[in-house]
Amino acid sequence: MTNQSEAVKERLVKKKNKRSPEFRGKVIILGSAGVIIIAAIAITLFLTSKGLQTFIANGVSPIEFLTSTNWRPTDENPVYGAVPFIFGSFAVTLLAALFAAPLGIGSAIFMTEIARKWGQKFLQPVIEILVGIPSVVYGFIGLTVIVPFIRDHIGGLGFGLLAGTIVVGIMILPTVTSIAADAMRSLPQNLRDASYAIGATRWQTIYRVLIPAALPSLLTAIVLGMARAFGEALAVQMVIGNARNLPDSLVEPAATLTTIITLNMGHTTFGSVENNVLWSLGLILLVMSYIFIVIIRFLSARRKV
Amino acid sequence: MNSRVTDKIATSIFVLFAAIMAGTLFALLGYILYHGFAVIDLDFLTSNSSSFREGGGIKNQLFNSFYVLFITMLFTVPLGIGGGIYMAEYAKPGKVTDFIRTCIEVLASLPSIVVGMFGLLVFVAWTGWGYTILSGALALTVFNLPVIVRVCEDAIRSVPRELKEASLALGVTHWHTIKTVLLPAAFPGILTGVILSAGRVFGEAAALLFTAGLTTPNLDFTNWNPFNIHSPLNIFRPAETLSVHIWKVNTQGIIPDVREVADGASAVLVISVLIFNLLARWLGSVIHKRMSGSK
Amino acid sequence: MKFKGLMLMLVMSFVLVFAAACGNNNGGNNAGNNEGTDENAGGEASGQLVISGSSAMQPLVAAAAEQFMEENPNADIQVQAGGSGTGLSQVSEGAVEIGNSDVFAEEKEGIPADELVDHKVAVVGMTAAVHPEVGVEDLSKEDLIKIFTGEVTNWKEVGGADQEITLVNRPDSSGTRATFVKFGLDGATPAEGITEDSSNTVKKIISETPGAIGYLAFSYFTDDSVTKLSIDGVEASDENVQKGEFPIWAYEHSYTKGEPEGLAKTFLDYLMSDEVQNNIVPEQGYIAASKMEVERDAEGNQK
Repeated sequence: MTNQSEAVKERLVKKKNKRSPEFRGKVIILGSAGVIIIAAIAITLFLTSKGLQTFIANGVSPIEFLTSTNWRPTDENPVYGAVPFIFGSFAVTLLAALFAAPLGIGSAIFMTEIARKWGQKFLQPVIEILVGIPSVVYGFIGLTVIVPFIRDHIGGLGFGLLAGTIVVGIMILPTVTSIAADAMRSLPQNLRDASYAIGATRWQTIYRVLIPAALPSLLTAIVLGMARAFGEALAVQMVIGNARNLPDSLVEPAATLTTIITLNMGHTTFGSVENNVLWSLGLILLVMSYIFIVIIRFLSARRKV
Repeated sequence: MNSRVTDKIATSIFVLFAAIMAGTLFALLGYILYHGFAVIDLDFLTSNSSSFREGGGIKNQLFNSFYVLFITMLFTVPLGIGGGIYMAEYAKPGKVTDFIRTCIEVLASLPSIVVGMFGLLVFVAWTGWGYTILSGALALTVFNLPVIVRVCEDAIRSVPRELKEASLALGVTHWHTIKTVLLPAAFPGILTGVILSAGRVFGEAAALLFTAGLTTPNLDFTNWNPFNIHSPLNIFRPAETLSVHIWKVNTQGIIPDVREVADGASAVLVISVLIFNLLARWLGSVIHKRMSGSK
Repeated sequence: MKFKGLMLMLVMSFVLVFAAACGNNNGGNNAGNNEGTDENAGGEASGQLVISGSSAMQPLVAAAAEQFMEENPNADIQVQAGGSGTGLSQVSEGAVEIGNSDVFAEEKEGIPADELVDHKVAVVGMTAAVHPEVGVEDLSKEDLIKIFTGEVTNWKEVGGADQEITLVNRPDSSGTRATFVKFGLDGATPAEGITEDSSNTVKKIISETPGAIGYLAFSYFTDDSVTKLSIDGVEASDENVQKGEFPIWAYEHSYTKGEPEGLAKTFLDYLMSDEVQNNIVPEQGYIAASKMEVERDAEGNQK
């Protein structure tokens, strides 16, 4: 408000005002920040209320939803148990992270600490290109290369958890690498200089100085990679086989929350129970992204202490 | 002695990791491009796709991808830069800033399919627009905004403090400093980030399935009236993008030449991403040169 | 300087949204007007028509629409895919004029079926498809049910080779699955297995996996890569479906909200015309609705 009255005063005095653009700028900036807040709140509210419809309007038991391993939406007495999909999502995410985290962070360190010039000039662009490769392309490659390979050399149908894991792991690899490399690069050079100055080897510098210093950001890289893996829909759907029961092994078909949503969204009618449960699955995805954020927060808060 | 050896071992492990990664990724790129080039020709790029016959092209899908990207960027870039400036310059440590940061993190970690579902609920069903380019672009805006905000914030923060302080010391207002000192200095970083995120938007499919739809009306490329349904520029028409097309032919399609179409479309997608990258780099360096020259 | 441009862009984007929103309203009005104006007054049809729904029907309807538009250049028909559920939802909300569905509207929950008018455009026959090496070409319905419910797990138990059975399913909400379960398995719930939405993928998996069984529409049995099963000794053929002897088939429906008017009516008449029924429909592997000697209602009772 003071800004406004000052602006008025200045206009009255007919001074060349410097305050007015300052104010306008602030409005634009605050507006942008406002849009972000509104978007985040709107998504949360809309999806939560829609996702809870299943339990409120359709009377599906939330306990059954979260604990039953049966998913039989078309039976006479339909059962909606999301456990196999929740399991599938977690399995794919964790296995993919297990694959991508060491490779990604290792490569990031290689790029930033070992072969800086080469990494900067050559690997960085390649990784940036790969971050941009659409997930459907990874899915398609999975379908034409990885699935037949697993079928011929490992066993099973080829479609399954393993195929999903590999596809997602490769997919999040450049993401993890890129964020991790940014983290390493943003460390002040004097950290390295100081470490080398007291005679530390490169490994000691990396392990004792740089990684701890960059840890929150490195973990952010992994968690963001996991968040991407958890939410990846189409690439996984193309290769995982979409079976509704808990898989017995890595080569058995499985399903994730996202694959069931994509498979059934178009076939079901808006407002029916069959459709509403899909929104409830979406709500789980939403809750999980909040959990990922809490994890990041927790880790970085611990770091600061 | 011991630490030397450890150092050597560690170094070779890092080299190995990098080699595995680079190897995998190169194999991937090579595979896509090799198979794609066997299919791509002018005819493939300029003919309409077919939903059941052999020999369909990807003309409309390709156009849709670029157009959806353009509309998305129209929303995202100003908002993202504004948000980035706010986070880097105006946000004071405190509850509000923490809250906004949380919001950005929420948006950033949302699965794209959830964004698509939100789009379906709000931009498709609630507004009554149906499957439209605008719905798709708005969903993608939600999805892309946090990336751009982060890119801008980082770019602005990485501008040396001395620059900003010198400007402020000369009596220049904060806003003017941002406009004339910080943004230009951060511009190459922002531009690179924006174009890289464009690659991500360009290839996004899950968020578009439920918002921009799986089909495209018959487009008349001589009709540039944006309010006509046949016009490619109409933002109130459904639009199947290239990546959605790849997914569709593979999982729902009934055309006999799925493999060829998907090969070609994948390669076109990858090449487009490649072009974005080269463009980003080239533009970034050109601008950087011009600006450091003029300063 | 640059920032001014930025602000300009921001403003522009808002203007764009606003203008676009207005444009949408106009578009809606136009569409509304058109519906009223083209009282097929002895000549070319014109106006705008939006059709949405079943992905399986999209090619058929799109091909017919393409041909229709060639004959009537002033007509504009958009055929969108999104799934049967989407099509039914949209047509009952009035968002589109015609909604395509693989299943009767009565079978989908939450759809006011009594407000919708059914136009049965074509019939699709489907049967079990097996890997060529299982050594079975004919199954009794009883055995078929046993196989799909997981009671029988090896082909030798039904007179085939000593080979483990692998099931290939469709998503729960898919029309193909609903039809197969209803008429092929008498409502028994299939045991769990790999689930794919696309007939092409299902066919590919069956042809590549020894011992695999799934179900496909007749049009996919074009080569020897998968074997078409007869059921209870009745060959899965168009003729047997038409005569009502082969049980697993379903209508492809086009629904309108209330009786169709204007272009929607003209186009639906065109779909039912001999020109479409005798050419495009069989070309795409469907059975012409006009050739059916039997009829079925939403409960599945055959007449």
